[in-house]
Amino acid sequence: MTKPEGELTWKDLEIGSIITEPGNASQYQTGGWRTQRRIYDTNRCIKCGICYIFCPEGCIEQTAEGYFDANLFYCKGCGICARECWPQAITMVEEEE
Amino acid sequence: MTTQRIGIEVSRAIAIAAKLANVDVVSAYPITPQTHIVEDIAELVADGELDAAYIPVESEHSAMSACLGASAVGARTFTATAGQGLELMHEVLYIASSMRLPVVMTVANRALSAPLSIWCDHSDVMAVRDTGWIQIFAANGQETFDNVLCAFRIAEDQRVLLPVMIHLDGFYLTHMVEPIYVPEQSKVDKFLPPYEYPLPLDPNKPITMGAFAPPNIYTETKKAQQANLTAAKEVILQCWREFGNFFGRYYSPVEGYRCEKAKVLLLVMGSLSETAMSAIDTLRDEGKEVGLIKLRLWRPFPFDEIRRAVRDAEVLIILDRALSFGGPAGPVCSEIRSALYNEDKKPKVISFVGGLGGRDISPDGFKEIINRGIEISQTGSEQEFEMFGVRE
Repeated sequence: MTKPEGELTWKDLEIGSIITEPGNASQYQTGGWRTQRRIYDTNRCIKCGICYIFCPEGCIEQTAEGYFDANLFYCKGCGICARECWPQAITMVEEEE
Repeated sequence: MTTQRIGIEVSRAIAIAAKLANVDVVSAYPITPQTHIVEDIAELVADGELDAAYIPVESEHSAMSACLGASAVGARTFTATAGQGLELMHEVLYIASSMRLPVVMTVANRALSAPLSIWCDHSDVMAVRDTGWIQIFAANGQETFDNVLCAFRIAEDQRVLLPVMIHLDGFYLTHMVEPIYVPEQSKVDKFLPPYEYPLPLDPNKPITMGAFAPPNIYTETKKAQQANLTAAKEVILQCWREFGNFFGRYYSPVEGYRCEKAKVLLLVMGSLSETAMSAIDTLRDEGKEVGLIKLRLWRPFPFDEIRRAVRDAEVLIILDRALSFGGPAGPVCSEIRSALYNEDKKPKVISFVGGLGGRDISPDGFKEIINRGIEISQTGSEQEFEMFGVRE
Protein backbone atom coordinates (compact mmCIF):
# COMPACT_ATOMS: atom_id res chain seq x y z
CA MET A 1 0.00 0.00 0.00
CA THR A 2 1.49 3.29 -1.08
CA LYS A 3 -0.49 5.51 1.26
CA PRO A 4 -1.48 4.95 4.89
CA GLU A 5 -4.99 3.44 5.01
CA GLY A 6 -6.53 6.59 6.48
CA GLU A 7 -5.41 8.64 3.47
CA LEU A 8 -6.69 6.33 0.72
CA THR A 9 -9.53 7.71 -1.40
CA TRP A 10 -12.24 5.42 -2.78
CA LYS A 11 -10.50 5.54 -6.15
CA ASP A 12 -7.29 4.15 -4.67
CA LEU A 13 -8.94 0.89 -3.60
CA GLU A 14 -8.48 -2.37 -5.47
CA ILE A 15 -11.65 -4.01 -6.85
CA GLY A 16 -13.74 -5.35 -4.01
CA SER A 17 -11.27 -3.78 -1.55
CA ILE A 18 -9.02 -6.76 -2.13
CA ILE A 19 -5.75 -6.57 -0.23
CA THR A 20 -2.84 -7.38 -2.52
CA GLU A 21 -0.06 -6.92 0.02
CA PRO A 22 0.26 -10.11 2.10
CA GLY A 23 0.63 -9.58 5.82
CA ASN A 24 -0.32 -5.92 5.85
CA ALA A 25 -2.39 -6.56 8.98
CA SER A 26 0.92 -5.90 10.78
CA GLN A 27 0.41 -2.21 9.99
CA TYR A 28 -2.75 -2.15 12.08
CA GLN A 29 -2.14 -0.70 15.53
CA THR A 30 -4.36 -2.90 17.67
CA GLY A 31 -2.67 -1.30 20.70
CA GLY A 32 -5.14 1.56 20.16
CA TRP A 33 -7.91 -0.65 21.58
CA ARG A 34 -6.19 -0.91 24.97
CA THR A 35 -7.78 0.40 28.13
CA GLN A 36 -5.35 -1.39 30.46
CA ARG A 37 -1.57 -1.60 30.23
CA ARG A 38 0.59 -4.35 31.66
CA ILE A 39 3.30 -3.62 34.23
CA TYR A 40 6.06 -6.22 34.07
CA ASP A 41 8.30 -6.91 37.08
CA THR A 42 11.46 -8.68 35.86
CA ASN A 43 12.46 -9.36 39.49
CA ARG A 44 9.51 -11.72 39.84
CA CYS A 45 9.76 -13.21 36.32
CA ILE A 46 11.19 -16.74 36.17
CA LYS A 47 11.37 -16.72 32.33
CA CYS A 48 8.92 -19.63 32.01
CA GLY A 49 7.34 -18.11 28.87
CA ILE A 50 3.72 -18.94 29.79
CA CYS A 51 2.73 -15.37 28.91
CA TYR A 52 4.29 -15.86 25.48
CA ILE A 53 2.26 -19.05 24.94
CA PHE A 54 -1.07 -17.60 26.08
CA CYS A 55 -0.91 -14.18 24.41
CA PRO A 56 -3.75 -14.33 21.83
CA GLU A 57 -2.29 -11.39 19.91
CA GLY A 58 1.19 -12.93 19.60
CA CYS A 59 2.71 -9.64 20.68
CA ILE A 60 5.07 -11.02 23.33
CA GLU A 61 8.69 -11.57 22.38
CA GLN A 62 11.66 -12.94 24.28
CA THR A 63 14.52 -10.50 24.80
CA ALA A 64 18.23 -11.30 24.62
CA GLU A 65 18.23 -11.59 28.44
CA GLY A 66 15.44 -14.15 28.29
CA TYR A 67 12.63 -11.91 29.60
CA PHE A 68 9.28 -11.54 27.83
CA ASP A 69 8.34 -8.04 26.62
CA ALA A 70 5.01 -7.12 25.05
CA ASN A 71 4.95 -4.98 21.92
CA LEU A 72 2.54 -2.23 22.92
CA PHE A 73 1.87 -1.35 19.25
CA TYR A 74 -0.16 -4.58 19.14
CA CYS A 75 -0.99 -5.38 22.81
CA LYS A 76 -4.78 -4.97 23.28
CA GLY A 77 -4.49 -5.07 27.06
CA CYS A 78 -6.64 -8.19 27.45
CA GLY A 79 -4.81 -9.19 30.63
CA ILE A 80 -4.58 -12.91 29.82
CA CYS A 81 -0.79 -12.81 30.43
CA ALA A 82 -1.36 -11.29 33.88
CA ARG A 83 -4.01 -13.93 34.68
CA GLU A 84 -1.76 -16.81 33.60
CA CYS A 85 1.52 -15.55 35.12
CA TRP A 86 1.64 -17.66 38.28
CA PRO A 87 4.75 -15.92 39.81
CA GLN A 88 2.63 -12.73 39.45
CA ALA A 89 5.25 -10.78 37.52
CA ILE A 90 2.56 -9.07 35.42
CA THR A 91 -0.15 -6.74 36.71
CA MET A 92 -2.62 -4.65 34.74
CA VAL A 93 -3.15 -0.91 35.37
CA GLU A 94 -5.60 1.51 33.79
CA GLU A 95 -4.12 3.28 30.77
CA GLU A 96 -4.75 6.71 32.24
CA GLU A 97 -2.68 5.89 35.34
CA MET B 1 -27.02 -26.85 -35.02
CA THR B 2 -28.53 -23.52 -36.01
CA THR B 3 -30.82 -21.28 -34.04
CA GLN B 4 -34.00 -23.20 -33.29
CA ARG B 5 -37.26 -22.16 -31.81
CA ILE B 6 -38.34 -24.89 -29.46
CA GLY B 7 -41.29 -25.34 -27.16
CA ILE B 8 -39.77 -25.70 -23.74
CA GLU B 9 -40.49 -24.98 -20.09
CA VAL B 10 -38.75 -21.73 -19.14
CA SER B 11 -36.86 -23.38 -16.24
CA ARG B 12 -35.41 -25.94 -18.63
CA ALA B 13 -34.48 -23.16 -21.04
CA ILE B 14 -32.54 -21.49 -18.22
CA ALA B 15 -30.60 -24.72 -17.69
CA ILE B 16 -29.81 -24.74 -21.42
CA ALA B 17 -28.69 -21.09 -21.18
CA ALA B 18 -26.33 -22.03 -18.33
CA LYS B 19 -24.97 -24.88 -20.47
CA LEU B 20 -24.53 -22.61 -23.49
CA ALA B 21 -22.74 -20.16 -21.21
CA ASN B 22 -20.33 -22.98 -20.33
CA VAL B 23 -20.60 -22.46 -16.61
CA ASP B 24 -17.81 -23.97 -14.51
CA VAL B 25 -19.53 -24.24 -11.14
CA VAL B 26 -23.14 -24.49 -10.05
CA SER B 27 -24.04 -24.68 -6.38
CA ALA B 28 -27.67 -24.73 -5.44
CA TYR B 29 -30.32 -25.96 -3.05
CA PRO B 30 -33.69 -26.93 -4.51
CA ILE B 31 -36.72 -24.85 -3.57
CA THR B 32 -40.10 -24.43 -5.23
CA PRO B 33 -40.58 -22.88 -7.81
CA GLN B 34 -36.89 -22.85 -8.75
CA THR B 35 -36.41 -26.65 -8.66
CA HIS B 36 -36.68 -27.45 -12.36
CA ILE B 37 -33.80 -25.11 -13.14
CA VAL B 38 -31.30 -26.77 -10.83
CA GLU B 39 -32.61 -30.30 -11.40
CA ASP B 40 -32.04 -29.88 -15.11
CA ILE B 41 -28.55 -28.50 -14.64
CA ALA B 42 -27.70 -31.39 -12.28
CA GLU B 43 -28.89 -33.77 -15.00
CA LEU B 44 -26.85 -32.05 -17.71
CA VAL B 45 -23.75 -32.38 -15.53
CA ALA B 46 -24.50 -36.00 -14.57
CA ASP B 47 -25.04 -36.91 -18.23
CA GLY B 48 -21.72 -35.37 -19.19
CA GLU B 49 -23.38 -32.76 -21.40
CA LEU B 50 -22.06 -29.93 -19.30
CA ASP B 51 -18.50 -29.98 -18.00
CA ALA B 52 -19.10 -28.26 -14.67
CA ALA B 53 -18.83 -28.93 -10.96
CA TYR B 54 -22.30 -29.25 -9.46
CA ILE B 55 -22.09 -28.72 -5.70
CA PRO B 56 -25.19 -29.88 -3.82
CA VAL B 57 -25.31 -28.14 -0.44
CA GLU B 58 -27.39 -28.22 2.73
CA SER B 59 -28.83 -24.70 2.49
CA GLU B 60 -29.02 -21.59 0.35
CA HIS B 61 -26.60 -19.86 2.72
CA SER B 62 -24.06 -22.52 1.76
CA ALA B 63 -25.09 -22.43 -1.90
CA MET B 64 -24.21 -18.76 -2.20
CA SER B 65 -21.08 -19.21 -0.08
CA ALA B 66 -19.85 -21.99 -2.37
CA CYS B 67 -20.58 -19.74 -5.35
CA LEU B 68 -18.42 -17.01 -3.82
CA GLY B 69 -15.51 -19.39 -3.40
CA ALA B 70 -15.83 -20.62 -6.97
CA SER B 71 -16.14 -17.12 -8.37
CA ALA B 72 -13.14 -15.96 -6.34
CA VAL B 73 -10.85 -18.36 -8.20
CA GLY B 74 -12.26 -17.10 -11.49
CA ALA B 75 -14.84 -19.81 -12.27
CA ARG B 76 -17.98 -18.87 -14.21
CA THR B 77 -20.56 -19.46 -11.50
CA PHE B 78 -24.32 -19.89 -11.58
CA THR B 79 -27.09 -20.61 -9.10
CA ALA B 80 -30.82 -20.20 -8.69
CA THR B 81 -33.19 -19.80 -5.78
CA ALA B 82 -36.59 -18.46 -4.72
CA GLY B 83 -38.45 -16.85 -1.82
CA GLN B 84 -37.27 -18.20 1.55
CA GLY B 85 -34.10 -19.48 -0.12
CA LEU B 86 -33.19 -15.98 -1.22
CA GLU B 87 -33.78 -14.81 2.34
CA LEU B 88 -31.57 -17.54 3.77
CA MET B 89 -28.68 -16.42 1.54
CA HIS B 90 -29.34 -12.78 2.38
CA GLU B 91 -26.13 -11.89 4.23
CA VAL B 92 -23.98 -13.68 1.66
CA LEU B 93 -25.54 -11.64 -1.15
CA TYR B 94 -23.93 -8.48 0.22
CA ILE B 95 -20.58 -10.23 0.33
CA ALA B 96 -20.80 -11.27 -3.34
CA SER B 97 -21.36 -7.69 -4.48
CA SER B 98 -18.95 -6.08 -2.01
CA MET B 99 -16.17 -8.46 -3.04
CA ARG B 100 -17.05 -7.87 -6.71
CA LEU B 101 -17.69 -11.51 -7.56
CA PRO B 102 -19.63 -11.94 -10.82
CA VAL B 103 -22.04 -14.72 -9.77
CA VAL B 104 -25.17 -15.05 -11.90
CA MET B 105 -28.42 -16.14 -10.26
CA THR B 106 -31.96 -16.61 -11.47
CA VAL B 107 -34.59 -15.92 -8.84
CA ALA B 108 -37.99 -17.58 -9.25
CA ASN B 109 -39.95 -14.85 -7.49
CA ARG B 110 -41.99 -16.22 -4.62
CA ALA B 111 -43.99 -14.78 -1.73
CA LEU B 112 -42.47 -14.92 1.74
CA SER B 113 -43.90 -16.81 4.75
CA ALA B 114 -45.98 -16.63 6.89
CA PRO B 115 -48.48 -17.91 5.96
CA LEU B 116 -46.50 -20.24 3.77
CA SER B 117 -46.94 -19.52 0.09
CA ILE B 118 -45.04 -21.11 -2.76
CA TRP B 119 -46.67 -18.77 -5.29
CA CYS B 120 -45.42 -15.66 -6.96
CA ASP B 121 -44.99 -12.15 -5.75
CA HIS B 122 -42.03 -9.81 -5.37
CA SER B 123 -41.63 -9.71 -1.60
CA ASP B 124 -38.45 -11.82 -1.89
CA VAL B 125 -36.96 -9.45 -4.47
CA MET B 126 -37.74 -6.31 -2.54
CA ALA B 127 -36.06 -7.68 0.58
CA VAL B 128 -32.77 -7.98 -1.36
CA ARG B 129 -33.11 -4.66 -3.13
CA ASP B 130 -30.13 -3.07 -1.39
CA THR B 131 -27.70 -5.98 -1.60
CA GLY B 132 -25.68 -4.30 -4.36
CA TRP B 133 -26.53 -6.82 -7.10
CA ILE B 134 -27.46 -5.85 -10.62
CA GLN B 135 -31.13 -6.84 -10.90
CA ILE B 136 -33.10 -7.40 -14.08
CA PHE B 137 -36.78 -8.34 -14.36
CA ALA B 138 -37.91 -10.63 -17.15
CA ALA B 139 -41.46 -10.47 -18.53
CA ASN B 140 -41.46 -13.77 -20.44
CA GLY B 141 -39.42 -16.88 -21.16
CA GLN B 142 -37.40 -15.50 -24.05
CA GLU B 143 -36.43 -12.44 -22.03
CA THR B 144 -35.35 -14.70 -19.20
CA PHE B 145 -33.27 -16.92 -21.46
CA ASP B 146 -31.65 -13.98 -23.27
CA ASN B 147 -30.89 -12.13 -20.07
CA VAL B 148 -29.22 -15.14 -18.47
CA LEU B 149 -26.72 -15.00 -21.34
CA CYS B 150 -26.45 -11.22 -21.01
CA ALA B 151 -26.02 -11.53 -17.24
CA PHE B 152 -22.72 -13.40 -17.59
CA ARG B 153 -21.38 -10.89 -20.07
CA ILE B 154 -22.42 -7.93 -17.90
CA ALA B 155 -21.22 -9.50 -14.64
CA GLU B 156 -17.83 -10.48 -16.05
CA ASP B 157 -17.13 -7.21 -17.84
CA GLN B 158 -13.90 -5.88 -16.31
CA ARG B 159 -15.61 -2.52 -15.74
CA VAL B 160 -18.41 -4.21 -13.78
CA LEU B 161 -17.41 -7.42 -11.96
CA LEU B 162 -20.64 -7.53 -10.03
CA PRO B 163 -23.16 -10.30 -9.41
CA VAL B 164 -26.40 -10.27 -11.39
CA MET B 165 -29.88 -11.50 -10.48
CA ILE B 166 -32.41 -12.27 -13.17
CA HIS B 167 -35.90 -12.18 -11.70
CA LEU B 168 -38.61 -14.31 -13.23
CA ASP B 169 -42.02 -14.82 -11.73
CA GLY B 170 -42.40 -18.18 -10.00
CA PHE B 171 -44.78 -20.56 -11.82
CA TYR B 172 -46.04 -17.83 -14.19
CA LEU B 173 -42.69 -18.09 -15.96
CA THR B 174 -40.72 -20.93 -14.37
CA HIS B 175 -43.35 -23.54 -15.21
CA MET B 176 -44.59 -22.02 -18.46
CA VAL B 177 -43.91 -23.83 -21.72
CA GLU B 178 -42.99 -21.22 -24.30
CA PRO B 179 -41.52 -21.21 -27.78
CA ILE B 180 -37.96 -20.02 -27.20
CA TYR B 181 -35.20 -19.23 -29.68
CA VAL B 182 -32.14 -21.21 -28.62
CA PRO B 183 -29.00 -20.07 -30.44
CA GLU B 184 -26.20 -22.34 -31.55
CA GLN B 185 -23.21 -22.85 -29.27
CA SER B 186 -20.68 -21.21 -31.60
CA LYS B 187 -22.65 -17.96 -31.62
CA VAL B 188 -22.98 -17.94 -27.84
CA ASP B 189 -19.23 -18.61 -27.57
CA LYS B 190 -18.58 -15.49 -29.64
CA PHE B 191 -20.99 -13.40 -27.56
CA LEU B 192 -19.68 -14.78 -24.30
CA PRO B 193 -15.98 -15.58 -24.49
CA PRO B 194 -14.12 -17.05 -21.50
CA TYR B 195 -13.14 -14.42 -18.97
CA GLU B 196 -10.37 -13.93 -16.47
CA TYR B 197 -10.96 -12.50 -13.05
CA PRO B 198 -8.28 -9.84 -12.56
CA LEU B 199 -7.38 -10.74 -8.97
CA PRO B 200 -8.25 -14.40 -8.39
CA LEU B 201 -7.34 -16.44 -5.34
CA ASP B 202 -3.99 -17.94 -6.25
CA PRO B 203 -1.48 -19.49 -3.82
CA ASN B 204 1.37 -18.10 -5.92
CA LYS B 205 0.08 -14.56 -5.60
CA PRO B 206 -1.61 -14.28 -2.20
CA ILE B 207 -4.37 -11.72 -1.70
CA THR B 208 -6.99 -11.15 0.99
CA MET B 209 -10.65 -10.90 0.03
CA GLY B 210 -13.33 -9.63 2.38
CA ALA B 211 -10.82 -8.26 4.85
CA PHE B 212 -11.52 -6.14 7.89
CA ALA B 213 -12.15 -2.42 7.28
CA PRO B 214 -11.92 -0.03 10.23
CA PRO B 215 -13.95 3.22 10.30
CA ASN B 216 -11.15 5.12 8.53
CA ILE B 217 -11.67 3.15 5.28
CA TYR B 218 -15.16 1.53 5.32
CA THR B 219 -16.91 4.61 3.89
CA GLU B 220 -14.46 4.66 0.96
CA THR B 221 -15.15 0.98 0.20
CA LYS B 222 -18.90 1.71 0.07
CA LYS B 223 -18.45 4.79 -2.11
CA ALA B 224 -16.41 2.67 -4.54
CA GLN B 225 -19.21 0.08 -4.60
CA GLN B 226 -21.91 2.69 -5.20
CA ALA B 227 -19.90 4.29 -8.03
CA ASN B 228 -19.24 0.87 -9.53
CA LEU B 229 -22.89 -0.25 -9.53
CA THR B 230 -24.09 3.07 -10.93
CA ALA B 231 -21.48 2.99 -13.70
CA ALA B 232 -22.54 -0.56 -14.59
CA LYS B 233 -25.61 0.86 -16.32
CA GLU B 234 -23.60 1.94 -19.36
CA VAL B 235 -22.19 -1.57 -19.70
CA ILE B 236 -25.67 -3.08 -19.37
CA LEU B 237 -26.97 -0.82 -22.16
CA GLN B 238 -23.96 -1.71 -24.30
CA CYS B 239 -24.44 -5.43 -23.64
CA TRP B 240 -28.13 -5.25 -24.62
CA ARG B 241 -27.20 -3.42 -27.85
CA GLU B 242 -24.61 -6.03 -28.68
CA PHE B 243 -26.96 -8.85 -27.78
CA GLY B 244 -29.45 -7.33 -30.22
CA ASN B 245 -26.81 -7.15 -32.94
CA PHE B 246 -25.91 -10.80 -32.33
CA PHE B 247 -29.35 -12.32 -31.86
CA GLY B 248 -31.86 -9.75 -33.14
CA ARG B 249 -33.68 -9.07 -29.88
CA TYR B 250 -33.06 -5.71 -28.22
CA TYR B 251 -33.70 -4.85 -24.58
CA SER B 252 -33.89 -1.58 -22.71
CA PRO B 253 -34.09 -0.61 -19.00
CA VAL B 254 -37.58 0.81 -19.44
CA GLU B 255 -39.94 -0.23 -22.20
CA GLY B 256 -43.08 1.56 -23.28
CA TYR B 257 -46.12 -0.09 -24.85
CA ARG B 258 -48.64 2.08 -26.70
CA CYS B 259 -47.48 5.18 -24.83
CA GLU B 260 -48.04 7.67 -27.66
CA LYS B 261 -49.88 10.67 -26.24
CA ALA B 262 -50.90 8.64 -23.20
CA LYS B 263 -52.30 10.81 -20.41
CA VAL B 264 -52.45 7.81 -18.12
CA LEU B 265 -49.60 5.34 -17.73
CA LEU B 266 -49.57 2.02 -15.92
CA LEU B 267 -46.21 0.71 -14.69
CA VAL B 268 -45.53 -2.93 -13.77
CA MET B 269 -42.60 -5.31 -13.50
CA GLY B 270 -42.28 -8.96 -14.46
CA SER B 271 -44.78 -11.28 -16.11
CA LEU B 272 -47.84 -9.18 -15.26
CA SER B 273 -46.77 -6.74 -17.95
CA GLU B 274 -47.83 -9.29 -20.57
CA THR B 275 -51.37 -9.35 -19.14
CA ALA B 276 -51.38 -5.60 -18.76
CA MET B 277 -50.64 -5.25 -22.47
CA SER B 278 -53.99 -6.93 -23.26
CA ALA B 279 -55.77 -4.51 -20.94
CA ILE B 280 -54.07 -1.55 -22.61
CA ASP B 281 -55.12 -2.86 -26.04
CA THR B 282 -58.76 -3.02 -24.97
CA LEU B 283 -58.68 0.44 -23.41
CA ARG B 284 -56.98 1.89 -26.49
CA ASP B 285 -59.71 0.30 -28.64
CA GLU B 286 -62.23 2.10 -26.44
CA GLY B 287 -60.43 5.34 -27.28
CA LYS B 288 -58.72 5.85 -23.91
CA GLU B 289 -55.27 7.44 -23.98
CA VAL B 290 -53.48 4.91 -21.81
CA GLY B 291 -50.10 3.25 -22.11
CA LEU B 292 -47.92 0.76 -20.30
CA ILE B 293 -44.40 1.10 -18.94
CA LYS B 294 -42.42 -2.04 -18.16
CA LEU B 295 -39.54 -1.57 -15.77
CA ARG B 296 -36.87 -4.12 -16.66
CA LEU B 297 -33.73 -2.83 -14.97
CA TRP B 298 -34.27 -2.57 -11.23
CA ARG B 299 -30.65 -2.08 -10.10
CA PRO B 300 -28.90 0.14 -11.00
CA PHE B 301 -32.12 2.14 -11.11
CA PRO B 302 -32.67 3.79 -14.53
CA PHE B 303 -33.45 7.33 -13.39
CA ASP B 304 -33.15 9.12 -16.75
CA GLU B 305 -35.14 6.52 -18.66
CA ILE B 306 -37.99 6.53 -16.11
CA ARG B 307 -38.14 10.33 -16.01
CA ARG B 308 -38.23 10.54 -19.79
CA ALA B 309 -40.83 7.79 -20.10
CA VAL B 310 -43.41 9.33 -17.76
CA ARG B 311 -42.71 13.06 -18.15
CA ASP B 312 -45.64 13.86 -20.42
CA ALA B 313 -48.27 11.80 -18.62
CA GLU B 314 -50.79 13.26 -16.17
CA VAL B 315 -51.27 10.15 -14.08
CA LEU B 316 -48.84 7.31 -13.42
CA ILE B 317 -50.36 4.23 -11.82
CA ILE B 318 -47.86 1.78 -10.35
CA LEU B 319 -48.76 -1.76 -9.43
CA ASP B 320 -46.37 -3.32 -6.94
CA ARG B 321 -46.32 -7.03 -6.32
CA ALA B 322 -44.95 -6.52 -2.81
CA LEU B 323 -45.95 -4.66 0.34
CA SER B 324 -43.83 -2.32 2.37
CA PHE B 325 -45.69 -2.75 5.66
CA GLY B 326 -46.48 0.57 7.23
CA GLY B 327 -44.67 2.34 4.41
CA PRO B 328 -45.65 5.08 1.99
CA ALA B 329 -46.45 2.91 -1.08
CA GLY B 330 -45.34 -0.26 -2.84
CA PRO B 331 -41.53 -0.43 -2.98
CA VAL B 332 -41.30 0.27 -6.73
CA CYS B 333 -43.72 3.16 -6.43
CA SER B 334 -41.77 4.69 -3.53
CA GLU B 335 -38.62 4.76 -5.63
CA ILE B 336 -40.27 6.17 -8.72
CA ARG B 337 -42.04 8.87 -6.71
CA SER B 338 -38.74 9.77 -5.15
CA ALA B 339 -37.04 9.86 -8.58
CA LEU B 340 -39.74 12.25 -9.85
CA TYR B 341 -40.20 14.45 -6.79
CA ASN B 342 -37.78 17.22 -7.81
CA GLU B 343 -38.84 17.23 -11.47
CA ASP B 344 -40.76 20.28 -12.71
CA LYS B 345 -42.97 18.27 -15.00
CA LYS B 346 -44.26 15.04 -13.55
CA PRO B 347 -47.43 12.98 -13.33
CA LYS B 348 -49.44 12.28 -10.20
CA VAL B 349 -48.22 8.95 -8.91
CA ILE B 350 -50.82 6.47 -7.63
CA SER B 351 -49.78 3.29 -5.84
CA PHE B 352 -51.50 -0.08 -5.88
CA VAL B 353 -50.33 -3.33 -4.36
CA GLY B 354 -51.71 -6.56 -5.78
CA GLY B 355 -50.96 -9.97 -7.20
CA LEU B 356 -49.66 -11.13 -3.82
CA GLY B 357 -48.93 -14.80 -3.15
CA GLY B 358 -49.88 -15.87 -6.67
CA ARG B 359 -53.20 -14.02 -6.90
CA ASP B 360 -53.91 -13.50 -10.60
CA ILE B 361 -54.68 -10.12 -12.06
CA SER B 362 -56.70 -10.45 -15.27
CA PRO B 363 -56.90 -7.89 -18.10
CA ASP B 364 -60.22 -6.78 -16.56
CA GLY B 365 -58.42 -6.41 -13.25
CA PHE B 366 -55.95 -4.03 -14.86
CA LYS B 367 -58.84 -2.03 -16.34
CA GLU B 368 -60.25 -1.71 -12.82
CA ILE B 369 -56.85 -0.62 -11.48
CA ILE B 370 -56.49 2.00 -14.19
CA ASN B 371 -60.01 3.36 -13.70
CA ARG B 372 -59.63 3.48 -9.91
CA GLY B 373 -56.19 5.11 -10.34
CA ILE B 374 -57.70 7.85 -12.49
CA GLU B 375 -60.43 8.32 -9.89
CA ILE B 376 -57.89 8.64 -7.06
CA SER B 377 -55.87 11.15 -9.08
CA GLN B 378 -58.97 13.36 -9.17
CA THR B 379 -60.56 12.79 -5.77
CA GLY B 380 -57.72 11.45 -3.65
CA SER B 381 -57.76 8.37 -1.44
CA GLU B 382 -57.96 7.92 2.31
CA GLN B 383 -55.04 5.52 2.12
CA GLU B 384 -51.42 6.05 1.09
CA PHE B 385 -51.86 3.14 -1.30
CA GLU B 386 -54.63 0.70 -2.06
CA MET B 387 -54.49 -3.07 -2.14
CA PHE B 388 -56.12 -4.33 -5.29
CA GLY B 389 -58.58 -7.20 -5.18
CA VAL B 390 -58.62 -7.59 -1.41
CA ARG B 391 -61.97 -8.75 0.04
CA GLU B 392 -63.25 -6.16 2.51
